[in-house]
Amino acid sequence: MADKFTPDSQYLVQAHDMKMYFPVKTGWFHTTPLKAVDGVSFDIKPGETLGLVGESGCGKTTVGRTLLRLYKPTGGDMYFGGKRIDEKSIGGLRKDMQMVFQDPYSSLNPRMTVEDIIGEPLDVHKLYSGKKERREKILYLMELVGLNAEHATRYAHEFSGGQRQRIGIARALATNPSFIVCDEAVSALDVSIQAQVINMFEDLQKKLGVAYLFIAHDLLVVHHISNRIAVMYLGRMVETAESNELNNNPIHPYTQSLLSAVPYPDPKEAKARKRIILEGDVPSPLHMPSGCPFRTRCRYATDQCKAEMPPLTDKGGGHKVACWNR
Amino acid sequence: MAENNVILSVQDLHTSFTTDHGEVMAVNGVTFNLNEGMTLGIVGESGSGKSVTAYSIMQILEKNGSIKSGKILFKGEDITRWPEAKMRDFRGKKCSIIFQDPMTSLNPVFTIGWQLKEAIELHTDRKGKAAEDRAIEMLKLVGVNEPEKRIHQYPFEFSGGMRQRVMIAMALACEPDILIADEPTTALDVTIQAQILELMQDLQKKMKMAIIIVTHDLGVIAQMADEIIVMYGGRVCERGTAEDIFYRPAHEYTKGLLRSIPSVDKIGQRLVPISGTPINLLNLPKGCAFCPRCDQAMKICLEQQPPETRTIDGHLSSCWKAIEEEAAAGLIDLTGPDGKPEDTSKLAEVSEKD
Amino acid sequence: MGIEKESYNPDQTPKKHALSLQLDVSKFEKATDEEKKQADVMSESSSFFRDGMKKLRKNPLAVFSIIVLIIILATIIIAPHVVPYSYSQIITVDGRRDKSATNMAPFTYSKMEQAYMAKGGKVFPHIMGTDELGRDYFIRVVYGTRISLSVGVFAALIVLIIGILYGSVSGYYGGKVDLIMMRIVDVIYSLPDLLMIILLSVVLNEVIKPSGNGFLAKLGTNMISLFIVFGLLYWVGMARLVRGQILTIKQNDYILAAKVSGAKGSHIIRRHILPNSISVIIISAALQIPSAIFTESFLSFIGLGVKAPMPSLGSLASAARSGITTYTYKLIFPSIMIGLITLAFNLLGDGLRDAFDPKLRR
Repeated sequence: MADKFTPDSQYLVQAHDMKMYFPVKTGWFHTTPLKAVDGVSFDIKPGETLGLVGESGCGKTTVGRTLLRLYKPTGGDMYFGGKRIDEKSIGGLRKDMQMVFQDPYSSLNPRMTVEDIIGEPLDVHKLYSGKKERREKILYLMELVGLNAEHATRYAHEFSGGQRQRIGIARALATNPSFIVCDEAVSALDVSIQAQVINMFEDLQKKLGVAYLFIAHDLLVVHHISNRIAVMYLGRMVETAESNELNNNPIHPYTQSLLSAVPYPDPKEAKARKRIILEGDVPSPLHMPSGCPFRTRCRYATDQCKAEMPPLTDKGGGHKVACWNR
Repeated sequence: MAENNVILSVQDLHTSFTTDHGEVMAVNGVTFNLNEGMTLGIVGESGSGKSVTAYSIMQILEKNGSIKSGKILFKGEDITRWPEAKMRDFRGKKCSIIFQDPMTSLNPVFTIGWQLKEAIELHTDRKGKAAEDRAIEMLKLVGVNEPEKRIHQYPFEFSGGMRQRVMIAMALACEPDILIADEPTTALDVTIQAQILELMQDLQKKMKMAIIIVTHDLGVIAQMADEIIVMYGGRVCERGTAEDIFYRPAHEYTKGLLRSIPSVDKIGQRLVPISGTPINLLNLPKGCAFCPRCDQAMKICLEQQPPETRTIDGHLSSCWKAIEEEAAAGLIDLTGPDGKPEDTSKLAEVSEKD
Repeated sequence: MGIEKESYNPDQTPKKHALSLQLDVSKFEKATDEEKKQADVMSESSSFFRDGMKKLRKNPLAVFSIIVLIIILATIIIAPHVVPYSYSQIITVDGRRDKSATNMAPFTYSKMEQAYMAKGGKVFPHIMGTDELGRDYFIRVVYGTRISLSVGVFAALIVLIIGILYGSVSGYYGGKVDLIMMRIVDVIYSLPDLLMIILLSVVLNEVIKPSGNGFLAKLGTNMISLFIVFGLLYWVGMARLVRGQILTIKQNDYILAAKVSGAKGSHIIRRHILPNSISVIIISAALQIPSAIFTESFLSFIGLGVKAPMPSLGSLASAARSGITTYTYKLIFPSIMIGLITLAFNLLGDGLRDAFDPKLRR
């Protein structure tokens, strides 16, 4: 590595040049690296929410999982509270970094009661002295996420999606973490329930001071909950800014089309709005285009885009964009 | 609009499923008309019965489900009485459906062209080369590049958006009068969703068909639908033009739904969700299906199902709260249990107390 | 309520007094939270197991199978204590061997027995008649069922234990370990099982001369080799199943959630993987029992089964072949027994799968 990255103490979470390649068999003895995440950097302050948006296959889920070291990263430096996240340190950091999953059905073990699901992290880290304390802690967590105490002995499959997601959030909060990765945590929920869970995330942040990495594909939701937003395309970060700034003044052509494609819940506005409709599909990450990955669908693409990946440069006020032409 | 423009009329439809846990009342008295060339949006959350309504029209319910009562009139004929052979002809030729998941709707072992050709040969006189030409023409219409080459490819060689285009081509190959789209873009990314929605609107103009779009996404419905039905617990809560529903909602559920979606104007504000959990279709409440979650619920909501009434601005809703407002505005005569006219001013007082 | 039904027509402007409702205005009062709660009921709580049992009870075929199996089990446990005959001894009347009591039809008595009864002695009826050596056929069928059932259960247990151990190691560790272990399974799959049994029983006959009067000695070397073959060969199917189960369960997010919580491998296997795969494994073990019984019966039928005079259902059927035209019942009784047991186990296994397999639920 050319220059050593030094962590900044004002940030809770820092990722520098994160790379995660998965080997994919392409022949008998041949493997091609699938570059799910290719040089992504970001940082999150304590108690702050960073939204991570992008379409399916852009690597946003991989970023979250690599950060929590569920995958062994191919490259990059990740820091949590000034401590480097690696094989050795992760065991001690697990308590402080938690995750909420997308699918409220597959993320809860159907053979366990609500009590045991929420109590599992407590069991693993032995965070109680006796049965009574365990029970008390679980009931406190259930109250925190708005679950009825009488539901403790019920099984997960008896609950609706929204309630299941509350159980998953209570589990994530059990070890009193300071950082939670929310991987599409509200995407599978109905609109009316989704609002309940979004409000709860916001309340918990105010109450407990947790920081979130909020991964989602729904721009409206991300915009609502995040302080800052980062946009990903094919394993690379193309734009990042304060969420209002990004929404009002998108610079990267991909962000622009993404924003304009959001179906707006207002019939007059929806019918009047000019959409920038992108042509074609996202290229396969196994056959990445040279240079800028977006150039195959970009209106402004030039020869320079073909030759070289644009760096993420600051356009003022922390609004960073990776584009040669804008 | 005159009566004869109505192409499909669903009247008091009841559909239920028998399961191990009891009877699931999925659709409980749905009534609506679909006019020629119009787009009707059916919006609701999971368990609202919106998809089951669509499947009931096509009569493609799962084995344990059946239409219990009600009529579905297609050009005046009740198709619930049609024999299966006639229904087969109806599906595809008169009315087509596209589903949420374009990944599982296509058979992976046949080429795209073969599947398109099969659908065309089944319903039209075009056979062999003529059917293939039609398949290529359809693919071109839905915006698939190089259709001559791509008809020889298999579904796995197509991306999700392209597969949904193929599904649309297949559905429209026989120029049906009605296209039912059941969550057509839910499985797709936003940029691809925008492409597909644009395509559907474009094709509707070209082929002059009526569309029923079933979705949970209020954004999609706002963009697509001329008229909207809002469903909850297998019943229609509210119906009207897109403007009626979005700008002048009368039913408490519709209001709650609109309040709970995040939007640019609400940044920095707290969302206002609908409290409670979704309805249990095994155990429907006696009164209004929405009342256990409704902030404005009144005693009457728990006891009686609200009738459909005309709201102050002229669309229809089934909500006691709306009826109360209508009565207060003098649109409805309320008579007491003894048949004497009630004093509506008293009603206004009651509502002010809330 | 008198409501005029209106047809939907968005273009119409609102009419005044289009509707007239007869209502009690006092009902337009706000409902309390308790009242609302009453309208919203959550269904009864039930665990996965209780839910499955409920489903099983509703399945008439499964319930019928359980009843049949209980009757069979009760019969083979109680009958030897009630019936005064032994499976290996010729019928004795009043202390003397009855040489004439051969090949009797069900519920008939020999001359000696009739004479004894005339004297006032009591003779237990021959429910299924007697065989060609004058032994009570009912008790032989009971013992045959005992042998066949215990062979089936024992073989299924061997398969279960080896299959779970091998399959879970292969499935959990994955990668190269999995690759090598599964290739071994493929090799074993390709061995012809019948040939192996015949070869093994020949070899075993030479190597271990079963001594003494133990149960295994009574069963004979053929049976021992049958068990060994089950232990060596038939576990592969179970191992594949267990491995497949673990691989699918590993895909679930709750495994990932446990990892995020910092749980170790052993904790994940114990708390998450085993409880979720056990029902499928037990169901398939239940289906293994009839197949083992069938194999045993088949081997006994071709003469590779239990050692005489110990009967098994297969050897009884085999022995009945000689007099098939005159003494048809001797073939019918053991055949019905084999049929009943395998059918009952298969139906029960299917019922269990319908009730407990998580893939078929929801």
